[in-house]
Amino acid sequence: MGADIQFATTPGRWHHQVVQGCSQGARFAGMYGTTIAEGCQLTALLMNGPRVEVIQALVRPNDDGVLTYPSLSPMIASAFWYERAAHDLSGIIPSGHPRLDPLLLHLDKGSEPPRPGHHPVEARLRTISTPGPVDVTGQGIFAIPFGPVRSGVFESIEFILETPGEDIPHLNIRPHYKHRGIAKKFEGLSLRDGVLVAERVEGISSVAHALAFSHATESIASVQVPERAALIRVVHAELERMANHLDVAMRLCDAAGLAVATSRFGWHKEALMRLTSQLCGNRFGRNTIIPGGVQHGLLSRPETTADTLRGIHRRIVADASLAMKTPSFLDRIRGTGILSHKKAALWEALGPIARASGIDNDCRWSDSADAYPLLATPAVAALRTEGDAMARLRVRWTEIDASAALVLEALQRLKTLGPGELATAVELPAGDAFATGRAESAQGETLYGLETRDGMILRCFARSASFHNLVTFHEVFNGDVFTDFAFIEASFGLCYAGVAM
Amino acid sequence: MPWIIRGLRNGVLTSKWPSSGDEYFDTFHATIDVDLEAAVNVDPGTLDDVAKDCPTAAISTVPGLRLDRGQCILCGRCVDSLPAVFRWAPGSGAAALSLDQLLVGDLPETTETVELLRTELAAKVRSLRRSIHIRHVDAGSDGADEWEIQALLNPVYDIHRLGIFFTASPRHADILLVTGIGTAGMTDALRATRAAMPDPVVVIASGTDAVGGGLIGGGYTQGSGIGELLGVDLLIPGSPPSPFTLLHAFLLALGRFPSDKPTYTPKKRDRP
Repeated sequence: MGADIQFATTPGRWHHQVVQGCSQGARFAGMYGTTIAEGCQLTALLMNGPRVEVIQALVRPNDDGVLTYPSLSPMIASAFWYERAAHDLSGIIPSGHPRLDPLLLHLDKGSEPPRPGHHPVEARLRTISTPGPVDVTGQGIFAIPFGPVRSGVFESIEFILETPGEDIPHLNIRPHYKHRGIAKKFEGLSLRDGVLVAERVEGISSVAHALAFSHATESIASVQVPERAALIRVVHAELERMANHLDVAMRLCDAAGLAVATSRFGWHKEALMRLTSQLCGNRFGRNTIIPGGVQHGLLSRPETTADTLRGIHRRIVADASLAMKTPSFLDRIRGTGILSHKKAALWEALGPIARASGIDNDCRWSDSADAYPLLATPAVAALRTEGDAMARLRVRWTEIDASAALVLEALQRLKTLGPGELATAVELPAGDAFATGRAESAQGETLYGLETRDGMILRCFARSASFHNLVTFHEVFNGDVFTDFAFIEASFGLCYAGVAM
Repeated sequence: MPWIIRGLRNGVLTSKWPSSGDEYFDTFHATIDVDLEAAVNVDPGTLDDVAKDCPTAAISTVPGLRLDRGQCILCGRCVDSLPAVFRWAPGSGAAALSLDQLLVGDLPETTETVELLRTELAAKVRSLRRSIHIRHVDAGSDGADEWEIQALLNPVYDIHRLGIFFTASPRHADILLVTGIGTAGMTDALRATRAAMPDPVVVIASGTDAVGGGLIGGGYTQGSGIGELLGVDLLIPGSPPSPFTLLHAFLLALGRFPSDKPTYTPKKRDRP
């Protein structure tokens, strides 16, 4: 992926350049700090069409030894969580930030932040647990902490709902409970070990993360992935997308109490995961994508795989069509959790959530990575404008159809393609190198910023679409009540491991 | 009404395991085996290289060649580089009662402690009969572990047929199933959940992350497995463990695993 790197001389200039870039139409896609000997290097990633603009600046400690820079959040809404995360992890203070509460890490007083980058780690940081904030006051208003231990088998996260009884005028999201310190885990690893960590940033989108990481390494080394490997990558990435979308459908049906529909979508999802495990030995497509290509060829013949997939897809289509005719189901998702186009644009939402609100930033074809340029673009665009839970589900149905078509086409090409290389060697240059890589996960654009030194990882910024999208959850409760919560949460289809990192 | 007909359309989808074998159970690779006899013929330097190459340092060569399944994330790197010694072991069963029991390879005999643990667990589950309720807590997983646990509710595994249920309330729970590395942030919530459960409680660490931290654990947020936070009765390796591996573990913990191991015999097909 092409990258323009600009280096701003001062944090003030950096702020100006980032704001200017965004006002000229670039999309704010991420921001992080890298601790180096002189201070903290800020990196902002802006997407300008398929090109990524990288704007960096060095923040030196001021006279009091504090690292500070002018906050982006007052100008760029979607920087809100990134600045809080960078504050937690790198200890840089965005001056003028509207609300600098801890997001990923609640450090005890006197405990130093982990400072990802060129910096030794304090073996164990001291964290504290504090009750969540209460923002809304008034007669009869109360706050309900929902989580971190959820009812049912779910990932840990806390939503603090502030309510007068039925509707939810305000909520706070606290994902820090399962913060695992992923950024530090990447440091000092070789590329082949790094990709294994990438697979675990967001376990349900292992393939997309491995791809985004690998694309960054391939960009540094300027290598092309062999066609065979590029096709195999598409097969795994699209099967993963289908399984993720079915998981959302399953959870929506479960929330609506449609037992048979829940069972059937669960069955289809299981069938897809078994298909993936037959192709690579792992139900999540892990240990398959490596920098430069793939580790193994497909373990199952393309013809039998295609037959199995056709059968699964046929059943999904039939059940999806019935679900979309079931009034008791549609009544619960129609008009529920509306993310307006305006709000989606403000937060620069990604993936199916954005596409249901009329914003398309699918990077599969625009990046011409992997085998997508060889394959036909989907016949029907997965784009809606309603922005409700039903629109998000409709987008997912369309994407499932497109994914099935892509896998079948890729398998067809693999059948005709003779045996060949599965990977190109990725040789990183001596000295420092930097590149970005991205891939479209089922949650949206997955973006990696990778800094290497002498072929080893120095700093890896893994930005999941879940992290970027979850902040929009604040915006979707417009008259929706408690019992809509499960539908709205399921319709987002996010992974909280990817948020807390 | 249309859903009722749809529900009947494909007949029974549920696996018959454990009362009879299941092909997917038997062929899925949930663990890696070490062939010590083949290892004798391999240059010690090569073995050292393979051990060093393991991303979670699960392989050790001193004093003897060992693989710690409690650390193994099943990346298959050792199998790729030395297939004569390291092999995928077919079958989904992987759970063990202690960290020692997860070691394979050149080991001293330690049957006594395992027997002791088994007796202890059996005493604990003696009162857990008929329906069993599980409370799951995520203590810093990568999200995949939850998918595999939820899959137990789909019609293929249908865990309810075995009298096992998931419950929202710890007060109703008999088993505490924990996933994830055991992050600092989840420590209090995990202990509070355990404290709210009526004894006896069987605590299960699910996944390599929960067993020993795996690839992600051991960083600044603590978390080298949940054994550091509470007493664990059963360990399930796997990154993540598959639904069948989980099912096998639950039955093992409850002493309900059939003594004659069910194995799959391919059915004779009418058509070739």
